Amino acid sequence: MRRLSISAFLFAVLALGCFFVFRSSGNRTVNAESLRPASQRKLAPDFALKDADGRTVHLSDYRGKVVLLDFWATWCGPCRMEIPWFIEMQRDNRDRGFEVLGVSMDDNGWEDVKPFLAEMKVNYRILIGDDRTAEVYGGVESLPTTFLIDREGRIAVVHVGLTSRRDIQDGVEQLLRSDPKVALDRDLVSALSLRPR
Amino acid sequence: MCLPFLFAQGSGHLTVGAIRKVEGRRNAAVVARIPVTVEAGYHVNSNAPLEDYLIPLKLAWTAKGALEGGEPIYPKASTEKYEFAEKPLSVFTGSFEIAASFKVAAGAPAGPGIAAGKLTYQACNTKMCFRPATVDISVPYQVD
Repeated sequence: MRRLSISAFLFAVLALGCFFVFRSSGNRTVNAESLRPASQRKLAPDFALKDADGRTVHLSDYRGKVVLLDFWATWCGPCRMEIPWFIEMQRDNRDRGFEVLGVSMDDNGWEDVKPFLAEMKVNYRILIGDDRTAEVYGGVESLPTTFLIDREGRIAVVHVGLTSRRDIQDGVEQLLRSDPKVALDRDLVSALSLRPR
Repeated sequence: MCLPFLFAQGSGHLTVGAIRKVEGRRNAAVVARIPVTVEAGYHVNSNAPLEDYLIPLKLAWTAKGALEGGEPIYPKASTEKYEFAEKPLSVFTGSFEIAASFKVAAGAPAGPGIAAGKLTYQACNTKMCFRPATVDISVPYQVD
C-alpha cells in the first residue's frame, strides 16, 4: 500500500513537471513528425548568389541560424501565396536566429523580381538563382520548393509545392527550439572578436 | 533526402501530338492543326492569362519555309479557380488544338518542306508550378 502511494506521488510530480515544461515552451504543440532526425540530415549545398544590392551571399554565411530557403518565381501562383507567410515569419523570428532566404528562378532576373519585392514589401533577402544552384538542390523543377535548414547547415525538411503555413511554422519553431546555444555561442564569439582592445 | 523526387519532377506536363502534313498549290490557304495534350491534373496558362505575372502559352514560328503567315488561333480557354490564386485563372487543360493559317508563297518551289516553330508554356497543378518549357513544333508541308 505504501509502495503504491509513493508511485502515485512520483507520477503526480512527473505529470506536474511535464505540465510546467510544456507551458514554459509556449502554448502551441509542435508537429515534430515532418523534420528529419538530426543524425539523418545532410549538409545543404553552399552557393554564392547575388542579392538585390549586388552583394554575393553564401548559404554558409548563415551557419548558426535556422534558414528557410525558398525557391520561387514571380510567375508561380503557389509561391506568391506563401510569400506573405514568410514575411511574417521573418518579422516574428529574426531576433531568434532565423532568416528567410528567397532564391528567385525568374529567367528575367531583377527586371521581374525587383518590382515584385517592392509591391509585396518583402523584408527578407532575395537572391537570383541559376541552373547550377538548382542542380545542386536536386533540379528544383517544381516551385515553390522550400528547404528548412538547421543551425548546423543541414537540411531538416524539404517541402515541394504549396505547403500549409502551419507545417512550415511548426518546422521552424522546432528548429529554433533545438540547441539555441550554438547560435548564442557564435554571436558571443562574433561580438568578442569585434570588441576594440 | 528528397533529391531523387525533385529530379523526377519534370516540366513535361504538355505533349504535342503528330501534326498532319498540309498541302496546297502556290497562293493557296492552308491550315496546320497542332494537337496538344496537358497531363491530367495539370493546367497551362492560356495564351491570354488574366494576371500580368503569368506566362502565356505561345506559338512562334522560327522558319516557315515556303509558307507565309501562320498566325496562331488558340482555342477558347477555360476559367478555373485555384486555391493559390485569389481570382480565377484563364487556362488550358486536357486536349486541344492550336490552328495556324498559312498561305503558300507565290514563288514557292514545288515539293516537300518543314515549317518550324516553338511552343512555350508554363504548367502548374493545384500545389506547384513548373519552370517555363518549350516544345519544338514541325509542320510538314507539300507544295503542289
